[in-house]
Amino acid sequence: MGLNRRGFFKLLGVTGITLAVGKDAVAAPRGKNNDVEFYGILYDAARCKGCRGCEFDCADAHGLPEPLPTKEIQANRKTSDTCNTVINSYKTSKGEVFSKRQCMHCNEPACVAACLTQAMHKTTMGPVTWDGNKCMGCRYCMVSCPFDSPKFEYHSVNPKIQKCDMCFERLKTGEPPACAYNCPNEALLYGKRRDLLNEAHRRISEKPDLYIDQIYGEHAAGGTGWLYLSPVPFEELGMNNNLQQASYPALTTGFLYAVPSIFVLVPAFLLGIYQSTKNNHLNEENKDEQ
Amino acid sequence: MSNNNQITLDRDGKTIWRFLVSELKPKGKFLTPFNIISIPIMLLGLILIVIRFWKGLGSITNLTQDIPWGLWIGFDVVTGVAFAGGAYVLTFMVYILNQRKYHSIVRVTVLNGFLAYVFYAGALLLDLGRPWNVINPIIGNSFGTSSVLFLVAWHFLLYMIAELIEFSPAVAEWLGAKRARKILSSMTIAAVIFGITLSTLHQSGLGALYLMAKDKIHPLWYSEFIPIMFFVSSIFAGLSMVIFEGSISHKVFSSQISEKNHHSQKNIVIGLSKICAGAMFAYFFLQMLVFIHGQNWDLLNTPMGYWWLLEMLGFVLLPMILFFYSYRSQNITMIKVASVITMLGIILNRLNVTVIGFRWDMAIRYVPTWMELVVTLAVIFTEIWIFRWVITRMPVLRDSPSWAHDNK
Repeated sequence: MGLNRRGFFKLLGVTGITLAVGKDAVAAPRGKNNDVEFYGILYDAARCKGCRGCEFDCADAHGLPEPLPTKEIQANRKTSDTCNTVINSYKTSKGEVFSKRQCMHCNEPACVAACLTQAMHKTTMGPVTWDGNKCMGCRYCMVSCPFDSPKFEYHSVNPKIQKCDMCFERLKTGEPPACAYNCPNEALLYGKRRDLLNEAHRRISEKPDLYIDQIYGEHAAGGTGWLYLSPVPFEELGMNNNLQQASYPALTTGFLYAVPSIFVLVPAFLLGIYQSTKNNHLNEENKDEQ
Repeated sequence: MSNNNQITLDRDGKTIWRFLVSELKPKGKFLTPFNIISIPIMLLGLILIVIRFWKGLGSITNLTQDIPWGLWIGFDVVTGVAFAGGAYVLTFMVYILNQRKYHSIVRVTVLNGFLAYVFYAGALLLDLGRPWNVINPIIGNSFGTSSVLFLVAWHFLLYMIAELIEFSPAVAEWLGAKRARKILSSMTIAAVIFGITLSTLHQSGLGALYLMAKDKIHPLWYSEFIPIMFFVSSIFAGLSMVIFEGSISHKVFSSQISEKNHHSQKNIVIGLSKICAGAMFAYFFLQMLVFIHGQNWDLLNTPMGYWWLLEMLGFVLLPMILFFYSYRSQNITMIKVASVITMLGIILNRLNVTVIGFRWDMAIRYVPTWMELVVTLAVIFTEIWIFRWVITRMPVLRDSPSWAHDNK
């Protein structure tokens, strides 16, 4: 394999940028949409029959208490510290439509940027996981998450953060997540995020009357691991469709990038003023004497 | 009392030990109104803290999955640290700008700032679900460097050390340690420069904590300029606290303060009110700029809009005018009134960002339990106890012992 002209310039550019910007520059493009080999799950609200089987499978896979037996499915149930996913029912313009809730596994998660101990971690496979040995329970991840995904065990002496981890332990052994594996209606599809996006676009173009022309999670909050297809606008499914398209950690980068320069400039500035004023009182005393 | 401080100590430690034990004993009357109110609250707070660590955070707080930070963060930490801002402003004026006239209040302000950080950052420990891991961001391989909270945590720690160094000559004078005093005093200017730098960053950092909560904070209080707002307002928050605390100290610890310093106090307060007025003008101007750029006119005619107007007009513009006017007319009483209104305004502002405006659209709002309030009060009272203990023993308000001037 020879190094041709174009390849050489590419290499030169990448090296230059890496040297100039450091680690961040290398890490950043990985989070950009569509370049990622993150895994994710495509949820098709048009296929979901609201059987809540995924709720039970999820509880089973994570050792959480079994969900309450199927009563009337409500509209606004939320995930909690004992329940990583819920299926809600919405009365929409096209009749009853179900929608699943769980951690969205953002490409650039706010919770990971917020975590000061790296307890929240975006794995290279895609799931966002939590490490109890590092977490100090400050709950800043909960403040930052635009989807309110992390949940905290308020009534425990040894409280944990609970949220969907996309069955990371199963993924490591090559098995798909419990909910996607068991869904009887094929409403959940696990795969590489890029492939899922292609599949979602294919479904929309094949049945443009069934789906609205939007994939929730393709752009929201900088792109998420979970992708949603729906027959009705996502607002009708109780989802926030006004989230910014840039990632949430981008909101703090400006501040954080200012820190090193302030650390250099402010002390120099202060030292300068100090030097120029330190003899002021002598002048005043001299004046008094004169 | 002053004899105590002049004791020349042996190096063998036993005398120091006896001296410390004797200093630990309370001085003065015990059954003061303040003690009668504060002791039961502190004891009750202690019991509640035990329950909190025994049964979990949910047992005594009203925190929910949607509102994970309540009074303990919004008031104790975010507001408390703003009030502690007086230390960096005054050290800047005295040590960097060399404005000697403020020198007599530097020590008490630094002490106040240091204790505020110890107790209010300490209150953070109560709020942590897994406090045994609190050391993780300081040591080991758990550096979450992309986190604003990581920055704030480190800054709290470093700033406490810087303030301790700034205050340490007073401790050395109390212990009669002449050599140590000389070494510690020589570190002051470095600690001051370091401390001011840290302060600019973590005062604004406390605001930057909320930048990612973009969709959760009411748009009248959220903008990408929260960090700058927090920094600028910490200047007059801290100075108002200095004026307020000074007016109380001059009554309560009157015997500690020399005749000369009693007289210079008026001049100091008037000088501070001028700075407050200036900083508040800058702050108000910034708020208006952000408001106009935010194009949130339609939000003004809502309940939250009235609340915002009350904060801006009643608790920023009004005290600003009062400060300015009373500076011109040399009216000390009005300056004190203005400082109290300013402090209320800071509490209002910090709570509006962190608690009241946070999830303002939720059906079920967060209201702290009485137990959260008691713990907060207990923290404040404990701080005042320690403050009083130090004031009555170390040369903070009173002049340094004569030997300290000689070996400068």
